[in-house]
Amino acid sequence: MSRLLVSILVALLASVPLWLTDFYYLHVLIVTGIFIVAAMSLNLLLGYTGQLSLGHVAFFGIGAYTSALVSLGFEVHILPDVTVGMAPKPVWFAMLCATAVAGLTGYAIGKLSFRVRGAYFVIVSISFAEVVRLVALNWVELTQGPMALNNIPALTLGFDGFELSFLRKPAFYLLVLTMLVVCYVIIARLVNSRAGRAMIALRENESLAMSVGIDVTRYLVVATVVSAAMAGMAGALYTHYIRIVDPDIFLFIYTVTMVIMVVTGGKGTLAGPIVGGVIFGIVPEVLRGMEIRPEVQWIAYGVLMVLVVYFLPRGIVPAIESYMSSRRRAPKGEAVAVAPEAPQQ
Amino acid sequence: MSAQPETVLSIDQVAVHFGGLVAISDMTFAVRSGEIVGLIGPNGAGKTTAFNVVTGFLKPTSGEVRYRSNPLNGLKPHEIAKLGLVRTFQRTSVFQERNVFQNVLTGLHGRGRSSLWDTLLGTPREKSSERELKDEANEILRFVGLEQRAHEPAGTLPYGEQRLIGVALALAAKPSMLLLDEPVSGMNPSETARFVKLVEKIRESGVTILLVEHDMPMVMKVCDRIVVLNYGRIIA
Ligand SMILES: Nc1ncnc2c1ncn2[C@@H]1O[C@H](COP(=O)(O)OP(=O)(O)OP(=O)(O)O)[C@@H](O)[C@H]1O
Ligand SMILES: [Mg+2]
Repeated sequence: MSRLLVSILVALLASVPLWLTDFYYLHVLIVTGIFIVAAMSLNLLLGYTGQLSLGHVAFFGIGAYTSALVSLGFEVHILPDVTVGMAPKPVWFAMLCATAVAGLTGYAIGKLSFRVRGAYFVIVSISFAEVVRLVALNWVELTQGPMALNNIPALTLGFDGFELSFLRKPAFYLLVLTMLVVCYVIIARLVNSRAGRAMIALRENESLAMSVGIDVTRYLVVATVVSAAMAGMAGALYTHYIRIVDPDIFLFIYTVTMVIMVVTGGKGTLAGPIVGGVIFGIVPEVLRGMEIRPEVQWIAYGVLMVLVVYFLPRGIVPAIESYMSSRRRAPKGEAVAVAPEAPQQ
Repeated sequence: MSAQPETVLSIDQVAVHFGGLVAISDMTFAVRSGEIVGLIGPNGAGKTTAFNVVTGFLKPTSGEVRYRSNPLNGLKPHEIAKLGLVRTFQRTSVFQERNVFQNVLTGLHGRGRSSLWDTLLGTPREKSSERELKDEANEILRFVGLEQRAHEPAGTLPYGEQRLIGVALALAAKPSMLLLDEPVSGMNPSETARFVKLVEKIRESGVTILLVEHDMPMVMKVCDRIVVLNYGRIIA
């Protein structure tokens, strides 16, 4: 897509709070935007390095909890007479911590996946998410367990006399949009670079990648760190928006939602998670607005996904791309160069 | 050549066992700088296994491999490639979904100068490095004769051209020694003839070559010397 088109689209999205006055719709857009960031981060791993992280929500949840705890302050007894604690810190700092902690966790997982690839990576990532959920549930002193962390402060940015509060929805919407654009740019730069080529090489043919001197493990770690940090940042946004966090944030269904967004939109494409995220973030709300019963909704949902995966196995975005490129070539007619059929052996 | 050129690759009493199966029992030979050496032998003689050992894809059960006096034992494949020892694969091996140009660009990985920060910040160094890599990729495509195919997905090309992509990728890694595993299998006679010329061009550019091939006339034509491997032993 051309740069101009993207700028127009972003400007259009930025103008939404000016004319969309119904806060319920703004809420839907905010939550969808946060999930799109999470799906984009998953896409970096799943779509570009080819590793399926089915515990991706762990990074999201770790970001949410870290940001909540740093902004609320905490105190825990590690040994009977040793306590570790922290006074409440500004929310912007908490969000940076969340990004960093999630990134570090990603580093550890990435290092671990040095030995475990493919199916084992899937299992390690699921187990990891489950362990983190159990910690959040049972370390009551730190996390309040199922009672949840409440009254999480909203983000305010300010210099003397000038305070910018992200408590209200229009401001928060713009914050999410900004973060989404930043993450998009980071991923776009990454995947079109030397590092991104190394990641794709790992997905396409690991042995061949190694044979030309690519340290595949290093780039898998880089991808995991960036991906985890972004998911953590999305989690932090979510916490300071909803302003309550409990262990349900680690539920497997959230990972599944992200995977569905990425796969239907088109994994390994920049626009894929956005398209998938819009469909699976906004359509359910529209259906709900039409007062369709939830059961019917979920079935419609499932059917939609099966249809997409069945008819467009590579996802919506690649399907559109190949349709467009075939249309562009078709009018010029006969001059289409077709590679002679390979003598397969 | 009056003085004997130095030995670059030496394989010393290498053995490889897969459980009870002895793929290579005792292999010793050396390749000197600038040579084209043919490694031949019947199916299952252990030729590909030898390549896998030399390039770090397999650990030998015993024995030692040295390249330019560096012992290779324990090095990972990408580390060995960085020393200048690069191989191609017997079964066609390309990055299927990427186009030919991107394939070669991926092979040029080791020659990029930009760091991760350059990439994320879009620094001038990132841009100049990418420009250099693209120029080099075009040059390599011209060298192997694939410039017409640059924008086609590698996986859709005919078999013979996919083999060429494999060679282009290996060349992109800037080898001082190239190991080719049955590069002309599946090529028709005219493609093979062109490939022989390419091998000679590669040698002229200063690259030492070790070649595994069943096509004997081709081997006789390009190789300075032949090593025969049979039942895991060197017999000639
Ligand atoms: N990873 C492996 N595990 C078990 N056995 C193997 C493995 N790789 C190779 N072998 C066995 O080792 C022997 C040598 O195989 P290799 O592929 O090196 O032969 P080759 O000389 O390359 O044959 P070809 O001419 O058919 O390519 C064969 O018997 C093969 O089945
Ligand atoms: Mg072989």
